[in-house]
Amino acid sequence: MPKDSGIGASSKRREDVRFLTGQGRYTDDINLHGQAYVHFLRSDVAHGVLKNVDTSEAAAMPGVVRIFTGADFEGVGGVPCGWQVTDRHGQPMQEPAHPILAQGKVRYVGDAIAAVVAETPQQARDAAEAIVVDIDELPAVIDMKAALADGATKVHDDLTSNLCYDWGFVEENKGAVDEAFANAAHVTTLELVNNRLSPNPMEPRVAVGDYATGTDESTLYTTSQNPHVIRLLMGAFVLGIPEHKLRVVAPDVGGGFGSKIFHYVEEAFVTFAAKQCRRPVKWTSSRSEAFITDAHGRDHVTKIELALDADNNFAAIRTETYANMGAYLSTFAPSVPTWLHGTLMAGNYKTPLIYVNVKAVFTNTVPVDAYRGAGRPEATFQLERVIDKAARELGVDPIELRRQNFVKEFPYATPVAVEYDTGDYEGTMTKLLDMIDRDGFEARRAKSAENGKLRGLGVNCYIEACGIAPSALVGQLGARAGLYESATVRVNATGGLVVMTGSHSHGQGHETSFAQVVADMIGLDENMVEIVHGDTANTPMGMGTYGSRSLAVGGSAMVRATEKIIAKAKKIAAHLMEASEGDIELKDGQFSVAGTDKSVAWGDVTLAAYVPHNYPLDEIEPGLEETAFYDPNNFTYPAGAYACEVEVDPDTGKVTICSFAAADDFGNVVNPMIVEGQVHGGLAQGIGQALLENVSYDENGQLLSASYMDYCMPRADDLPFYKVDHSSATPCTHNPLGVKGCGEAGAIGSPPSVVNAVVDALQRAGHTHVTHIDMPLTPSRVWAAMQN
Amino acid sequence: MYNFEFSKPSTIADAVTALGQEEAQALGGGQTLLPTMKQRLAQMSTLVSLNGIAEMKGVCTNDAGEICIGGATTHATVAKETADSYPGLAGLASRIGDPAVRNRGTIGGSLANNDPSACYPAAALGSGATIVTNAREIAADEYFQGMFATALDDGEIITEVRFPVPEASNYQKFVQPASRFALVGVFVAKFADGVRVAVTGAGSDGVFRWTEAEEALSSDFSKGAVEGLSVPSQDMISDLHGSAEYRAHLVKVMTGRAVAAAS
Repeated sequence: MPKDSGIGASSKRREDVRFLTGQGRYTDDINLHGQAYVHFLRSDVAHGVLKNVDTSEAAAMPGVVRIFTGADFEGVGGVPCGWQVTDRHGQPMQEPAHPILAQGKVRYVGDAIAAVVAETPQQARDAAEAIVVDIDELPAVIDMKAALADGATKVHDDLTSNLCYDWGFVEENKGAVDEAFANAAHVTTLELVNNRLSPNPMEPRVAVGDYATGTDESTLYTTSQNPHVIRLLMGAFVLGIPEHKLRVVAPDVGGGFGSKIFHYVEEAFVTFAAKQCRRPVKWTSSRSEAFITDAHGRDHVTKIELALDADNNFAAIRTETYANMGAYLSTFAPSVPTWLHGTLMAGNYKTPLIYVNVKAVFTNTVPVDAYRGAGRPEATFQLERVIDKAARELGVDPIELRRQNFVKEFPYATPVAVEYDTGDYEGTMTKLLDMIDRDGFEARRAKSAENGKLRGLGVNCYIEACGIAPSALVGQLGARAGLYESATVRVNATGGLVVMTGSHSHGQGHETSFAQVVADMIGLDENMVEIVHGDTANTPMGMGTYGSRSLAVGGSAMVRATEKIIAKAKKIAAHLMEASEGDIELKDGQFSVAGTDKSVAWGDVTLAAYVPHNYPLDEIEPGLEETAFYDPNNFTYPAGAYACEVEVDPDTGKVTICSFAAADDFGNVVNPMIVEGQVHGGLAQGIGQALLENVSYDENGQLLSASYMDYCMPRADDLPFYKVDHSSATPCTHNPLGVKGCGEAGAIGSPPSVVNAVVDALQRAGHTHVTHIDMPLTPSRVWAAMQN
Repeated sequence: MYNFEFSKPSTIADAVTALGQEEAQALGGGQTLLPTMKQRLAQMSTLVSLNGIAEMKGVCTNDAGEICIGGATTHATVAKETADSYPGLAGLASRIGDPAVRNRGTIGGSLANNDPSACYPAAALGSGATIVTNAREIAADEYFQGMFATALDDGEIITEVRFPVPEASNYQKFVQPASRFALVGVFVAKFADGVRVAVTGAGSDGVFRWTEAEEALSSDFSKGAVEGLSVPSQDMISDLHGSAEYRAHLVKVMTGRAVAAAS
């Protein structure tokens, strides 16, 4: 029986009441007294020397408060990078400065040259158009391999080349891997592109800076997934504001998908300018601006090789990837193609030897950083594509080839430095096959053929590392931050609870599911629990929400804090009932003495904590409020098996998804409805990547896909009704909730099954030369593949 | 958006006068012009809305049996009003953009803009329609003069479009995935004296007639009649959504489908 409240219940999302009735309070809803507006003048060329910025005419325009250029930030730090990767030779990555406004050069279309602060947005924009900029254009560096060629124009003159790092993992295994390839019975090779994506959250970025002269305090309101991280990075590295004088607020946020993790120059600008101008300064991104300033995702060019022995066991994997960093290093950019990618290259399979090489490259394009899945979709895509290709080359069933090579015993230490605590890949595959009626495929294919359509079936597995991350481990890997999470549980005198979390909800439904957990632990109605997040002034230090970490890490901190609450409440209850603390039991919000009919209600205990007339003051303090920090001792490893059936129109190349099934192992599930919603959203983004979405630059660095006229977001009629299931579950062994995380799975697991299905359809139709098509599989690309 | 004066005349004569001012610009449904203005890519002194002119709205049939559509008539109205009288045209109008576009966008606005990927130019050229302005009548074959170029003079207003009604017709649109404009759209119309085939989305000079297919279909109005034909790709648009070769191929596919579906 489904539960109707607490852990396991599909409680309706309480936050939706305000979102669906227009009562959400987003950053753009914040308007402060005396507020001015900033408009950024952005480079319309991809690469050039900034010779002169003449603001004299613009400064005299109506309403202009002040115009800033790069010169105003010479004494100010640049935006820092939060992760340092060490290359194959033990050297640190090349790390360029990233000034708030361009200094000396512009490096991509969208790079901010000047900022006009004015009384109205219109006046700011008018004045920005009157600024005269003199740029000596340089050749744009767009293609990654060309960027690494001898004599290529350098994006950053002070670096030795456009190579950020050349990373080998595990470098010590390289010789053994090469040897395994030399001795392999069969080697399958695949070259592919993981297409660049624009994140497109529904709410564009907004930042409002404020400065209180009387207290010397700065406040930034911003569209962020992690306000504490922004406070730390901006305060310590950019503006030199101590954290006790800096408050960062991320109120309701309309989606992030990774793009709102990073500390952007606009946030630092409004905070700086508010102090300089002595008035609040607001920036609201237009959608056009979002395309050229929000960090993009993916953009890998990869060659993967899979070696198999004579019995079709995976013997070794070797990959070479070029990863685009764009023009500057965004906050977590270096970690995505390395530690979030290389460590997942084993997938669900027991491959004894793996070597991953990644060359990260600077180009004159928008910075690239984490986007839903971040590194793991890139790993999954290449691995699951090369396995499909290998099965075809060997003439074996692609599902059986996977099954044969599944990791079956846990814990399992991969050759790429992570240890899977638990899983059941055979279980999710069996579940998937139950969902898709594979035996009926031939009949469906025949029916499609009658209608002149080519039908194909694609299946793949995925694994991801979530619950990011053990701080000590990531510290060794180059992270410049810890990745714990925190929670403060405050019980009020009348029994209600307020949980202040360092996690941040921007669509995930934390206000509902977190309340379910805490209420369940005590045995209270969920409505007794309120979740507070998003304001550094009233929540404990947390690292934010990304990497499907919030329940696994933030939820665990909440559990630990609630356990402390319960322990203290039991002491109070024992005192009230004159019983021994060890005999106190808590059930359904009632404390009782084991073996007796004595009991006190939750509310009696909480009242006693705040009105301590009859209270063990000599043993414990009054009040009932506890904080816990939780640092995980491993990642979590959600995994699953996905299947997609497509029809291809042979006349036009158009792909239609007929069905999509996802069997996921998320461990324990707190709110099944929310989990399904997360999977649906992830699948939409993964299918969007596979079929529709593509950031495209021309050779001069002009963004061709700069609006929805050319950048294709998935729409409802592009997508099928999904079949999703998470009943084949193996609870995480190392966090108190046994949860693994579900936010990114759909986006990670779905692209390969779509491409596998299309290749399958074409192969079955006799297009045997088609072994791969690069995403997105637009009609024109599929048609072109069929022609050759 | 830059500041501008706004005028909403109620007669064609007043509209013509208003458009005689320097840097005046006519506004139909605004589905292209307003986004362009918002991006500050267009600047005018006066915007003259044609949406208050009652005589430019609505659909009727004239004595010659032509369907006459006022220049300021929305796509939604055309779709509804011509459903029985000209289903090929109604089908085209009912699939332009989305409901918001169809309830604001106008036939006059679309034809005056002559976007190379718009649907209406295919219907007008494929039907051999007459573009009626405040000053004259222009045959569709003379009206379309390349991408975003038409026979209209400055300040000239499309007041009406007259469509001869074919015996059978159909429009097939293969959409550009992002914008859902026509990557290739083909309008086929079978008249007693011959077949017209008009192609939008594909040609680098905008909408065009595929005369080879017209000849073949005039003697044999069947899908098979075009199967042996090929469309040269050298005059086709090539962009990130499809090569010239792909568009040329789609012209043939969509023509065949339109013939098969024509009613």
